Amino acid sequence: MKELLLKGLRPEQRFKGLLVVIAVLAVLLIGKTLNLVPDFLDELPQHSSRSSHDIRQNNLSYEELVPVGLMLDTGFYFLRDDLGLMHVTRFLGRSLKSLIEIFQNILMGGRKGFGFDAPPWTALLVIALVTGYALKGWRLALLAGGTVSYFAIFGLWKYSMQTLSLLMASVPISIAIGLVLGIMCYRKKSLENVLLPLLGVMQTVPHFAYLIPVFVFFGVGTQTGVIATIIFAVPPMVRLTLLGLKKIPPEIVEAGKMSGCTSRQLMFRVQLPTARNEIMLGVNQVIMQCLAMVVIAAFIGADGLGFRLLNKLNTLKLGASAEIGIAIVLLAVVLDRLSRAWAEKKRDYTANLPLYQRYKYPIILVSLLTITYIASSYFPVLYKISKNLDITFAPQWDGLIDWVVVNFDAEIEGFRYFVIGNLLSPMRDALLFAPFISVMLFVAGIGLLLGGYYSALLTLAFLVFIGMAGWWDRAMITAYMVLFATFICIVIGIPLGIWSAIKVKRAKTALFWCDTFQTFPSFIYIIPVIMLFQVNDFSAIMCVILYSMVPAVRYTIEGLKSVPVDLHEAVTMAGCNKRQRLFQLELPLALPHIMLGVNQTVMFAFSMVIIAAWVGTIDLGQAIFGSLSESDIGKGVTLGLCVSFMALLVDHLINRWVRERRALLGMG
Amino acid sequence: MTTEPLQPVIRCHALYKIFGVNSDQLEKNNQGLIDPSYKKRPGVVTAVNNVSLEINRGELLVVMGLSGSGKSTLIRCLSRLIESTSGTIEIEGQNLLEMNEKELIELRRNKMGMVFQNFALLPHRTVLENIAFPLQMRGIKRAAYVERARKMIELVELGGRENSFPRELSGGQQQRVGIARSLAVEPDIWFLDEPFSALDPLIRKEMQDEFLRLQSLLKKTIAFITHDFDEALKIADRIAVMYEGNVEQVGTPEEIVLNPATDYVKKFTSDVPREKVLTAGSVMDARDGQENLSEKSVSVNARVETIAEYVLGQNNAVPVTDEHDQVIGVLHQQKVLEILFSGKSTL
Repeated sequence: MKELLLKGLRPEQRFKGLLVVIAVLAVLLIGKTLNLVPDFLDELPQHSSRSSHDIRQNNLSYEELVPVGLMLDTGFYFLRDDLGLMHVTRFLGRSLKSLIEIFQNILMGGRKGFGFDAPPWTALLVIALVTGYALKGWRLALLAGGTVSYFAIFGLWKYSMQTLSLLMASVPISIAIGLVLGIMCYRKKSLENVLLPLLGVMQTVPHFAYLIPVFVFFGVGTQTGVIATIIFAVPPMVRLTLLGLKKIPPEIVEAGKMSGCTSRQLMFRVQLPTARNEIMLGVNQVIMQCLAMVVIAAFIGADGLGFRLLNKLNTLKLGASAEIGIAIVLLAVVLDRLSRAWAEKKRDYTANLPLYQRYKYPIILVSLLTITYIASSYFPVLYKISKNLDITFAPQWDGLIDWVVVNFDAEIEGFRYFVIGNLLSPMRDALLFAPFISVMLFVAGIGLLLGGYYSALLTLAFLVFIGMAGWWDRAMITAYMVLFATFICIVIGIPLGIWSAIKVKRAKTALFWCDTFQTFPSFIYIIPVIMLFQVNDFSAIMCVILYSMVPAVRYTIEGLKSVPVDLHEAVTMAGCNKRQRLFQLELPLALPHIMLGVNQTVMFAFSMVIIAAWVGTIDLGQAIFGSLSESDIGKGVTLGLCVSFMALLVDHLINRWVRERRALLGMG
Repeated sequence: MTTEPLQPVIRCHALYKIFGVNSDQLEKNNQGLIDPSYKKRPGVVTAVNNVSLEINRGELLVVMGLSGSGKSTLIRCLSRLIESTSGTIEIEGQNLLEMNEKELIELRRNKMGMVFQNFALLPHRTVLENIAFPLQMRGIKRAAYVERARKMIELVELGGRENSFPRELSGGQQQRVGIARSLAVEPDIWFLDEPFSALDPLIRKEMQDEFLRLQSLLKKTIAFITHDFDEALKIADRIAVMYEGNVEQVGTPEEIVLNPATDYVKKFTSDVPREKVLTAGSVMDARDGQENLSEKSVSVNARVETIAEYVLGQNNAVPVTDEHDQVIGVLHQQKVLEILFSGKSTL
């Protein structure tokens, strides 16, 4: 019993434990059908539809058990108004705004761009081509150059330059903050212990929940978008910096010390350069996060492609949306490939080369730039492609969508009704029907089995917070959508991963596509889904499934690939056929990694389910959108925390299992 | 080994490194010895237990022990890469453990060099930049450190690889870079932490010979860590055998093989081919004046291995002479045969 409390059940006894937990659940469910469960264990009072601000101003009564939202709201306004944090934040916001304006004016012309005119679009094309070629070769050059041309030709120049200037402001700041925090965590273990869980919350609170406090403090506008972007992009940078520093072999640090390094020399000349790979990966992550957030920040008035996309989607101009979506995807892919090529670039120490060869690329770049500047003064089309020359395929896209709707409407509708009627609704009703106490006991029971009292109390605390704050029912709706999406992703994604991993070449292709899909900003997934299924809750679920499928596939492939070759040889010599090898060796060994993939799928699903709420659900996400439009900090942040806690709960349980399983398999 | 007065460069006394306890909690007597009662506490590991050692100028002390014996911890205490729990360490008369950060950095920049088991080269720097690294840390001008680094590259025979990255080199080449780096500042004291353990046997032998060549040129004061007893016998002036944090025995290779102090040391020495360790002096008999001697004599310091063939080819006993060509004993064929074929029974 004591062992159960401290460490959970031993793996071989867990099945029995699970039966007990399920039995408790069953008893409570049967009790509920027979009306034996008392009301106070069955239903929790739900949050009212009033805004926190309204309640606070007019001293109205609240309905939830603990007015978490109200308390947060009071706290935030105390910080903002009474402590005068507002002045600080507005000052910060103004400085940031000037910074962004400088970048915007450099790219698009204007007073603050040091008085220069906007560069011709061909100048950017040349920069993209030369950078791409210098980093990786022709293919990357064509991709980067093609993307710049796409912006210019499809009339998206202004918006893409706005987005680019947002990135130019947010990426360096995020990298700098992430590096500094990472180094500080490395030096001070106590800071790491405080910061890492906080980063976990920061990464799981949905994007939209951030936007509310950020725009209350920083006002509406582009600078606010940048702040929100930075908050979201910093955690992976911190984590990867810390990981890189921790991975340095102790001998290298000792070698640095024995070479007589001071602690600063040690950090900047030994440790950071040795951790280069992880840090560059962090930079790549920052760029991707920033791009994803730049789209989402459009909701609080950040200019650029995202804002444009939102406009078009709001008016259901799907063809135009698709074109903007492609622009965003292209930008994401190009930035990802460029930053990765830069990270992987092998430095050449060719000290003996003549000057013109050492500075080959800068020289080519400068001469080509000069040519474009001169040429564009003679041929205006090389400077700016005027509106009447723009190309657009929006009408064709719209036609395609109409054609799909007209010809396949019956099939799509039938499919939709089947899924909603037979799968989604029953699942949702079941979760809403279950007394809250049964859900709490079930989850805490699983926590107890896996990790003892600590996991049980932690998971219970997460759920109690949600219940107390008055969001239980909506949380259950979110949970059912995530559960359903995860289930589908597992059923499709894992077999797909297994199939891909059979052949080396196929696995490589599959991983390439996983990489590519993961660079797409989450919001983009909404576009094709709306095109097919229109705006409704079914589309929302489809978005979630589409977006969350990638990690399930990727981790399965990676897990199977990581099985050591000598074990393959051993079981083959023991006379296993391929199927036996898969089930007896590969899957059991890969399972911990696959479960990490499932964990990622769940995390992705939680983040997407909130974004997808934009196309229509009645879960936490929809409430977050509500509080965004009411600028209700307390409500928004509470809801964000609810989502974050559900995600962290799953994350904790799965990681707990994976760590134990890995230790058991001796995989460190 | 020599008769001139010995001058300890490194001297440590009653040195302890105990993991898992706070040094303030330990009770010490007036000789600096720690009351062993702490060992009962959970989670406590004694890596270095009351070690007292001296390394003399120009001497090569090998610390030999299996993994977990505390030898790596000991060398890191001596270089102060980790803080000792208790005891004193003097480097050329200066108290190492009382130095502040600045003094310690100065000491390392001028007097110490260290070679690591897994080479510990900086992955982002070329061969030349790795070797120049300690010089750069000292703030030496570019031209000067490049020149010095090139000299070191020649010394370890890596000419032509200046601009290679560590990942492009073989293990043996990487360790040559590690050696060159550790020698770049011309240190007096040289720490080598299992420098050849990560190398293939053939390369290892080659590097040992290379190392002996360098040492015959440079005459550094050396603490050399190894788990390989043969390697220790091959290169050591003196060997310290460590077991579970204790130094079991310190002595010349010959002393250790002839008179193992503990059963643990005996386990290592029992398989050692005696002829590789024993010298003529240690196995000769007193001269009884009556017997006939062969013409040529052998030196008292010669290893049996090197003279066995000659001795066995003679009909008479072979005279053994000291440095002044005085005959101080005789070597009988019977003794040599015993050493070669059944050493265990007689020694």
